[in-house]
Amino acid sequence: MEVLLGITGKDFVIMAASKAIMRGPTIIKAEDDKTRQLNPHTLMAFSGEAGDTVQFAEFIQANIKLYSMRNDTELSPAAVSNFVRGELARSLRSRSPYTVNLLLGGLDPVTEEPSLYWVDYLASLAPVPYAAHGYAQYYCLSLLDKHHNPNISFEEGMKLLEMCTDELKRRLPIDYKGVLVKVVTKDGVREVPFDNDRVARSA
Amino acid sequence: MSGYDRALSVFSPDGHVFQVEYAMEAVKRGTCAVGVKGKDIVVLGCEKRSALKLQDTRITPSKIALVDDHVCLAFAGLNADARILIDKARLEAQSHRLTVEDPVTIEYITKYIASVQQRYTQSGGVRPFGISTLIVGFDQNDGTPRLYQTEPSGIYSAWKANAIGRSSKTVREFLERNHQDEMDREQTIQLTIKSLLEVVQTGAKNIEVAIMAPGKRVEMLPDDQIESYVKSIETEKQEEAAKKKTSRGGTTTAAILTRGGESAE
Repeated sequence: MEVLLGITGKDFVIMAASKAIMRGPTIIKAEDDKTRQLNPHTLMAFSGEAGDTVQFAEFIQANIKLYSMRNDTELSPAAVSNFVRGELARSLRSRSPYTVNLLLGGLDPVTEEPSLYWVDYLASLAPVPYAAHGYAQYYCLSLLDKHHNPNISFEEGMKLLEMCTDELKRRLPIDYKGVLVKVVTKDGVREVPFDNDRVARSA
Repeated sequence: MSGYDRALSVFSPDGHVFQVEYAMEAVKRGTCAVGVKGKDIVVLGCEKRSALKLQDTRITPSKIALVDDHVCLAFAGLNADARILIDKARLEAQSHRLTVEDPVTIEYITKYIASVQQRYTQSGGVRPFGISTLIVGFDQNDGTPRLYQTEPSGIYSAWKANAIGRSSKTVREFLERNHQDEMDREQTIQLTIKSLLEVVQTGAKNIEVAIMAPGKRVEMLPDDQIESYVKSIETEKQEEAAKKKTSRGGTTTAAILTRGGESAE
């Protein structure tokens, strides 16, 4: 029951990932970072099989870096996500496929357009304005459907994220130990302080 | 032909491996590259081949390449060989990051590059890399500048300042005369350009300079700044020459100025 959320706005992408690592009914870590920065303006959040996730994410991270060293350019989020999809598709058809679900958020380095890509372990790729993975989809997509529009400001985006996490706190049967929030803007990736202890009013 | 330079991994009776020596000859024909260490800085300077009239200099590859964010490499010799070697080094740098979650140390990547070069002197069906490299940079969380050299044979060595390529001997001797410990940024850049000017006649437009400082990305010195360095060095030289002329005027009788002592004979 890991939570991954992504919300695009006017000139940013907010990414949130739950901080708990769970093994059966036990939480073995409560301050996990399920994201990796791929280049100065692309962030990837991941969930799925323990071990697969970090292994795959760091493999992608190294390859994106290698590409930029070899060609002296940074890949756009669209190029990155298609590369990632290709790697997942290749892995899916191997003897031991990666079981990893991903959200890729980034800003195009030239146009500064924000973009968000939803990728699952079956190597489906979809560009989306907002996204969730796992059970969070059931609770958050309806909220985002109702309240999101492509031109929201960063503050409105964070409000929207709070609505989502409130709903998750109310509905999800387990404690996912809050979310780690990062935002991608034209200045790069930064972590955003987020109040996870706020009590959600009952709906 | 003595017959000992046909197959690669064959010694001549007096212990030479000729192909490796030919590779070092290719290095000597390559354009000159200089590396100089300062107190907390390290500078690479390169002689640039003058571009043809219709060549697009903006996208013609440079002789200075980044191996990783904190490792810079300059080479002398065959450009095409260098591309392959640099590519291998870049792959190793990222592979190292992936396996141990740390960037490579400068010494590690130097050893790696040297070992690749060595491998190509001892395996069948290949020829050695016709390049020498200068590798500079800073290790993670360490302010000590590093400067290494590798050769086609696979030898690597550490230096305070060194030159490779065409007329490298002249430049090295110049560096030996003029290098000081604990040079600051300005002095280090100046010495780099000054030493290059010993062999580059055409001046600023045929020089490239890369500067590395701890924890920072590489900085390519803009053309106009190189130009101003070259100008100030040239005026300095002229002033010195003028001074020599006047001080010598009384003692020397030779009409043509030659080096001191030589005119007496």
